[in-house]
Amino acid sequence: MNILVCISKAPDTTSKIAFTNNNTQFDENGVQYIVNPYDEWYALVRALELKESIGGNVTIVTVGTTADEAIIRKALAIGADEAVRIDADPKDAYFVAMQIASFAKAKGFDLVMTGKETINYNGSQVGGMIAEAMDLPFISLATKLDASGTKLTLEREIVGGVQVVEVETPAVVSCAKGMAEQRIPNMRGIMAARTKPLTIIPAEEVADLSSYVSYNMPNAKSSVKMIDPSNMDELVALLHNEAKVI
Amino acid sequence: MVLVYINSTTGLSKAALETVTYGKKIGGDVTVVTNGSASSEQLAQLGQYGASKVLVDRSVDGEDPQQLTRLIAAVADQIGASSVIFSHDIYGKAVAPRLSVRMKAGLVAGAIAIPESDGSIKVNVFSGKAVGFVKVASDKQIISLLPNSIQPEQSGNSCSVEEISGHAGSSAIRVLETKKPEGNIPLPEAELVVSAGRGLKGPENWGMIEDLAQALGAATACSRPVADIGWRPHHEHVGQTGVAIRPNLYIAAGISGAIQHLAGVNGSKVIVVINTDKEAPFFKAADYGVIGDAFEVIPRLTEAVKRFKATQH
Ligand SMILES: Cc1cc2nc3c(=O)[nH]c(=O)nc-3n(C[C@H](O)[C@H](O)[C@H](O)COP(=O)(O)OP(=O)(O)OC[C@H]3O[C@@H](n4cnc5c(N)ncnc54)[C@H](O)[C@@H]3O)c2cc1C
Ligand SMILES: Nc1ncnc2c1ncn2[C@@H]1O[C@H](COP(=O)(O)O)[C@@H](O)[C@H]1O
Repeated sequence: MNILVCISKAPDTTSKIAFTNNNTQFDENGVQYIVNPYDEWYALVRALELKESIGGNVTIVTVGTTADEAIIRKALAIGADEAVRIDADPKDAYFVAMQIASFAKAKGFDLVMTGKETINYNGSQVGGMIAEAMDLPFISLATKLDASGTKLTLEREIVGGVQVVEVETPAVVSCAKGMAEQRIPNMRGIMAARTKPLTIIPAEEVADLSSYVSYNMPNAKSSVKMIDPSNMDELVALLHNEAKVI
Repeated sequence: MVLVYINSTTGLSKAALETVTYGKKIGGDVTVVTNGSASSEQLAQLGQYGASKVLVDRSVDGEDPQQLTRLIAAVADQIGASSVIFSHDIYGKAVAPRLSVRMKAGLVAGAIAIPESDGSIKVNVFSGKAVGFVKVASDKQIISLLPNSIQPEQSGNSCSVEEISGHAGSSAIRVLETKKPEGNIPLPEAELVVSAGRGLKGPENWGMIEDLAQALGAATACSRPVADIGWRPHHEHVGQTGVAIRPNLYIAAGISGAIQHLAGVNGSKVIVVINTDKEAPFFKAADYGVIGDAFEVIPRLTEAVKRFKATQH
């Protein structure tokens, strides 16, 4: 099975979030970037497991700048066979999806995998957009994925539960928790990653459909009110009369 | 013209009423398009929330986002919709992005408020650690509204309901099995949530969490390690890598309040933290704090809630 995994960078989950330039830009000062956890832990690792059990090839693709090559090498160290970087500084999900779709269309992948969402902009947009641009079925928020011949069997999240579904390849799948377990790259993987092919291709001209005009920090909580652990009637009264939530 | 998509296969959810209300608030004439089996009487009630017409395609089960995209795009085209509104649930996440490409209309994913005066729309970014304002560059826009961001408002009367068909094509996705735990409130829609972490020591101790949730009419949730060790099902895991929720009330017992956990719950209106350790970071994000042993405090709280409920009738 010929699999494409879409990999995006994300600030380390402990990063301090701040903005510069009159609150119009994310302040990257001191921010460490990691592979977006959904892309790494779930999409990439499951793709590698599928390859190990039924054979095939795993390509990773990132729409990003040279600064993203560290996370690309990390994904190669975990086990991807080859990498493609589409050279652009992505600001809009539509732009990203059109780039990936146009690359993937020409290559004939059986399966395109994305993470559920990026943890910085949390849009959950790119996977569905790729699917539409390629005119392929889209299974979103998949928590399990098995392949046999040209048939994929998946479990996906639905409102208040899960559902088992079947679809023919080629298809696009967005991956959520449950699909696989995080893999820590070993020394051999890290050494091998240095010599694996990383192809850089230019971006196509696509106009952004949306942009962030500014950012803000959410209002800070006023200080916490402490309640005596033996007096839960007081807590309930406060939740009713003061907070008005029950 | 505003088009609102709702899924009505299991009746009219609160999320559906929120999206119709949102459509009304952003102005114009609101048409609702839906699929599934809700009765025409039920669908006509959407008029009370601002819809002037409901179009229902009963031949579409809603399981294939591609099929729904064709249906919604055809209706949007017919009525000349300039905005299409979804709930940012599984449909908003699977169908809205497809429709964005199909209509070449910018998507604001996870809106948490009505548009600002400059037309930009507020969304959560960095897993709720900040907010951003998104502006769409195209003439048409698609908005998916984060559940529980606005309250449904009744403003009008019932409206007409029209059956439609023939736009959606066939489904490429075959459903083999649907598993829904009985009687549970779906976490993303819950207004009240009781959650617990590793401080509870083992899965056998969750009875008291369920009792409290039941007394309140709340959903249950948990921290990530608890789902990872298998004490609780995965779909209860909230946080940066789990479900993001924004209920009116979030009660957290035996959860330390790691930044990745807070990322999924800091949109809650009111947070109550119960922890034995007065230094637990969660207290900094809390509105009400109880320093104490969950094994004593939770049952006591459940009794207090029951006493309170008894006075409410
Ligand atoms: C990339 C990444 C993503 C992550 N994503 C998530 C996520 O989405 N969601 C998430 O939850 N975590 C996430 N984590 C993990 C997170 O960092 C914490 O490890 C986790 O939230 C801790 O869970 P906990 O609070 O249940 O356990 P602990 O940190 O062990 O805290 C247990 C708490 O219980 C208290 N306690 C003990 N006994 C009692 C008692 N009898 N009564 C009351 N209190 C008691 C303790 O004082 C302590 O504060 C992520 C981590 C990483 C690195
Ligand atoms: N710049 C990018 N390059 C490659 N893949 C991306 C990029 N941005 C997002 N993705 C993929 O799309 C998924 C959803 O992203 P988003 O729509 O931003 O939440 C991510 O989990 C990635 O798999």
